[in-house]
Amino acid sequence: MDWLFFSEIGLAGIGTGGLYAVAGLAFVLIYKATRVVNMAMGELLMAGAYIFIGFSAGLALPVWISIPLTILATGLLGGVIERTIIRPMLGENAISIFMVTIGLGSVLVGLVEIFWGADPHRLVDFIPSDPIFIGEAYLSPKVGYGFAVAAVIIGLFLVVFRTWRGGVALRATAGDQAAAYSMGINVPKVFSLVWVIAAMIAAIGGILVGSIGGVSPSMGVYGLSVLVVVIIGGLDSLLGALIAGIFVGLIETYAGAYLGGEYKMLATFSLLVLILVVRPYGLFGTHEIERL
Amino acid sequence: MRIGTAKENYIADEALFDTNVQRGWMIALIAALIALPFLSGQYAIYLVCLVLINIVSTTGLNILTGFTGLVSLGQAAFMGVGAYIVAIMEIHLGTPFLLNLIVAGFGAALVGIIVGLPSLRVKGLYLAIATIAASVILHFVFANWTSVTGGVSGLSMPPASFFGSELIQPDQVYWMIMPITVIMLFGAANLFRTRIGRAFIAIRDRDISAEVLGIRLLRYKLMSFAISSFYAGVAGGLWAYFFRVITPESFPLLMSIFFLAAIIVGGMGSILGGILGAVFMTMVPEVLKMMVGVLSPIWPDAVAVMSPVRIIVFGALIIFFLIFEPEGLAEIWRKIRRFFHLWPFKT
Repeated sequence: MDWLFFSEIGLAGIGTGGLYAVAGLAFVLIYKATRVVNMAMGELLMAGAYIFIGFSAGLALPVWISIPLTILATGLLGGVIERTIIRPMLGENAISIFMVTIGLGSVLVGLVEIFWGADPHRLVDFIPSDPIFIGEAYLSPKVGYGFAVAAVIIGLFLVVFRTWRGGVALRATAGDQAAAYSMGINVPKVFSLVWVIAAMIAAIGGILVGSIGGVSPSMGVYGLSVLVVVIIGGLDSLLGALIAGIFVGLIETYAGAYLGGEYKMLATFSLLVLILVVRPYGLFGTHEIERL
Repeated sequence: MRIGTAKENYIADEALFDTNVQRGWMIALIAALIALPFLSGQYAIYLVCLVLINIVSTTGLNILTGFTGLVSLGQAAFMGVGAYIVAIMEIHLGTPFLLNLIVAGFGAALVGIIVGLPSLRVKGLYLAIATIAASVILHFVFANWTSVTGGVSGLSMPPASFFGSELIQPDQVYWMIMPITVIMLFGAANLFRTRIGRAFIAIRDRDISAEVLGIRLLRYKLMSFAISSFYAGVAGGLWAYFFRVITPESFPLLMSIFFLAAIIVGGMGSILGGILGAVFMTMVPEVLKMMVGVLSPIWPDAVAVMSPVRIIVFGALIIFFLIFEPEGLAEIWRKIRRFFHLWPFKT
């Protein structure tokens, strides 16, 4: 066995996994606070990437202005989605809400195709392209810097989540909605906030994923892998999303490198089935007890 | 409340059609279905066949999701299993189509049972995701088990033959698809007059209560999976006879979402809802295509915009019905009927 090759693949896997962790974070955040399984996560990433194209290529703004604008615009999109589509569905059963987000994903894909067409696009190159060597192992600069940004975002988010007032409100809402309400926390506002923040994180994820592999309207498939990540980690566990993100990234890259590209999805989804059979609530998820 | 339909015994209360008017309409509908190929063109019959195949599969999913409360995103993959079985049997064995379809149904049912096995431990969204995993794995099998499924290029099969005459054109295949659809619909409607069907409904309403009542959850949930995938398998078989070329891409995850959307738009937990949903969702793209045909002289870009608009309309319909009419088209239909039952009095 070639250890250099093995470790290079491992590094690439961890890099991919970092991006999965970012998307998984946005997913878990929404689920934790609002109990909505957002099947449109991949499409939200895609929307973020395309909005970035709109600012950086369409309006020809410099990258350092485009990125904050993209994050703001996608956050706004998240807020609008919450108010118009998710809010009216509050209190409906989980399956209906799940289907609403599938419908939402389809609408987002259609809108992107109307504005940008169905062909794949490349993002403006802004990530430095000098190769990175860790020891002797080569790491693609895009994946490397993508992972670094992902790590910073996750760290930043965790700090904010712990210390900021809004973060505390968010955790309180996730813990017990009724209690949070009676303590004077504006729960509907927290719901909007969660969608805005999740959409912002998705925008960053979308820009990173898009600058590595390019963007196309079929980027929503990425959402399926994110789904695997959050199920393996446990739907309501932030830590789970991070660990499972790296884990799934590794598995996927190793399967792709040693077995062939078509085995990527098979490997991750077989892992998913295994986890569902052994630990239905994921590695770190809360086991909910049902009462009559 | 309807006037003049007092039920005097349980049999009358449970009857599929409770008035002579309804029976009359039913006979008229079947007469219309028989007369159709003699009156309309090939394209119209092509569409009707497509609608009928979708009705079979949607009804199957409705049994599982609408009546038993188990969400599945694997319906298209189960259809794929049926289609491949039919194609392989037709190519290698040349057995009669009815046998092939039945084997396809049972084959898909077997796969459905295996996929349904986790359903005792996981439910709701976790189950939906397990079925996504199943469809990804099945897609992999279709694409990579080259010696049997023909790999990525797929299979092309000979047409079905019926007493020596080959069923090639849509108006010929129609005579295979239509009767089978009608029989399967009656089967589904009757299922919910039996013990099994009522057990399904009890599980949907509250599975723990159903278990307390003595319904064995695992057995009935698997049964629901089996029946639902049987319908999918037969629909897949009909699909195979209709198009006669099967590739792994013929049954994408999007198609499963299409069926789920059809039962939401039509009405979950209602046989009529499944039918209306399948008809509606299949015809919407056709209506859009017609609109493009009308618009293109005035607005040349219409053709380019067609495909994204179709995707948007698809998603918007799901969202619209879930927010404004969760009971679906079946409920709208009931409201219209109720209005005319009492007309001209105020409801």
